[in-house]
Amino acid sequence: MDISSLDSGPIWLTLQLASVTVMILLAIGTPMAWWLAHTRSKMRVGMEAVVALPLVLPPTVLGFYLLILLGPNGWIGGPVKALTGAPLSFTFTGLVFASTLYSLPFVVQPLQSNFESIGSTPMETAESLGASRWDAFFSVILPLSRRGYLTATVLGFAHTLGEFGVVLMVGGNIPEKTKVISIEIYDRVEVLEYTQAHILSAGLLLFSFIILLTVYSINKKLPVHVS
Amino acid sequence: MTEFLNATFKVDYPGFALDVDLKLPASGITVVFGPSGSGKTTLLRCLAGLEKSGTMEIAGEVWQNENTFIPVNQRAIGMVFQESRLFPHLNVRNNLLYGYKRTPVDSRRLHLEAVMHVLALENLMERGIENLSGGEKQRVALGRALLTSPKLLLMDEPLAALDAQRKTEIIPFIRKIEKELSIPIIYVTHSMSEVLQLVDTMVILKEGKVVKWGPVGKVFADIQLRDAIGDQHSGAVLDTTVLEHDTEFGITRLDFMGQELSVPLQKIPVGQGLRVHIHSKDVSLATQPPDGLTSVLNILKTKVKAIGENAGYSVDIELDAGRPLLATITRKSLSNLSLQPGQPIYAFIKAIRMVHENENILID
Repeated sequence: MDISSLDSGPIWLTLQLASVTVMILLAIGTPMAWWLAHTRSKMRVGMEAVVALPLVLPPTVLGFYLLILLGPNGWIGGPVKALTGAPLSFTFTGLVFASTLYSLPFVVQPLQSNFESIGSTPMETAESLGASRWDAFFSVILPLSRRGYLTATVLGFAHTLGEFGVVLMVGGNIPEKTKVISIEIYDRVEVLEYTQAHILSAGLLLFSFIILLTVYSINKKLPVHVS
Repeated sequence: MTEFLNATFKVDYPGFALDVDLKLPASGITVVFGPSGSGKTTLLRCLAGLEKSGTMEIAGEVWQNENTFIPVNQRAIGMVFQESRLFPHLNVRNNLLYGYKRTPVDSRRLHLEAVMHVLALENLMERGIENLSGGEKQRVALGRALLTSPKLLLMDEPLAALDAQRKTEIIPFIRKIEKELSIPIIYVTHSMSEVLQLVDTMVILKEGKVVKWGPVGKVFADIQLRDAIGDQHSGAVLDTTVLEHDTEFGITRLDFMGQELSVPLQKIPVGQGLRVHIHSKDVSLATQPPDGLTSVLNILKTKVKAIGENAGYSVDIELDAGRPLLATITRKSLSNLSLQPGQPIYAFIKAIRMVHENENILID
């Protein structure tokens, strides 16, 4: 067994990617989920479908369009290249962008159902007691949403950990920049280094299991707030 | 000078419309009464600023009109709902202080100590919400609303989720708030017993429109309103004063507009008020005072004021006993007595219901 040939680079890169992606997703997912949970707009159904798209699309399809979008001639990659000299495709930033889209439903959907189950009464109650909407969100809604945020964070993180198709299409396979664990595993299998593939796969399996286990046990201890 | 609350609201939802024009005293307890779906809750939401519609002015202060709209979080209102809506992540103390902390310092007229005392919350302060009984939760919710020093307290069926025992626990607190803290209360309910126990002014709402409003005694005895009030409660609400107690016969004598009523012995000091409800079906009429003896203790001298229209076998008669009184008699009796408006008539009262208790007491 040649464990020393195992590079820790992809592992760190993967964790970095997942962490950054989840933070971005929580920031943009919260207003999206809030809007979806409370709007009476007709656009809601369309928005929900768009958010859910990454669930059903083959990652290669999403990756393909992102590659074009982020590439040197793409709507996003083009201006970025003009500004910085390089497009977004095959960069870590490009990967973050892609992962954010790819994992969007895993964060937005739990948050949306969380906000829906809380309903509009706690917000109205807080407002009737003199709180502004922002104040009410941070002092009442957020503390009541601990479970929802925990679920969203873990699902978003775990899902980003395991992505493969989108990363391959958008990021390629550049060590230290875009080579994440799932791609490293694929590489090792290609060259028949099953031992390394085993170690990485088992590691990812164990890690994912431990995260989920932790979440579910914390979730059980958190009080359920039923209004 | 009496201050008033003026409001006009127009709300249109699919299948429901609210269209009201109100002028209510901005003091005492005003009950908004009506069947479910009549728009009671929507009216409260409008007053609270949770629905943007119409105009509202309270005690000379404009809260909303064409140009102004004070948002809900800047209105000096307190709201109490059927469910306590306490924040489950905060304990009693922090629930109580939630609105207090958000009230500008110079607007704070009520403080924790006083509210805690009025609502008897001293021993609950450090408890979690999940460890409170339904009645305690409502008291905390009431306290939380009061600590925003509201100029108007809006209550949406605050007792509906409580059993009779808890209700009788809370009602005195609501009375106390109105009396001691002099905060006007608008109280939505479909419970007649709550109406009888609490109300000064009554608004009857039906299908989004105000059918009638005014002092409770007047509204109650209006023979046009039978439908809205409901058969089982049709009758008169009279405010009396305790005259004396007759312990030998176990009777308390009440003064009602210079006439006397007797009820079973009450544990109420002489001189204090007692509100009674007399069901229209418990009132019989006679053109003469009884010349012989009668077992009926309560006979009032009245005048016929109006004769209702009733297609069935019975008919409602509105009597003037200084205050309105209602009697339901058969059309046959009406014909026998050949009643005319203005005619003096004796009302024989077979049963008087004490409003502070939830039971019917018969006296013959």
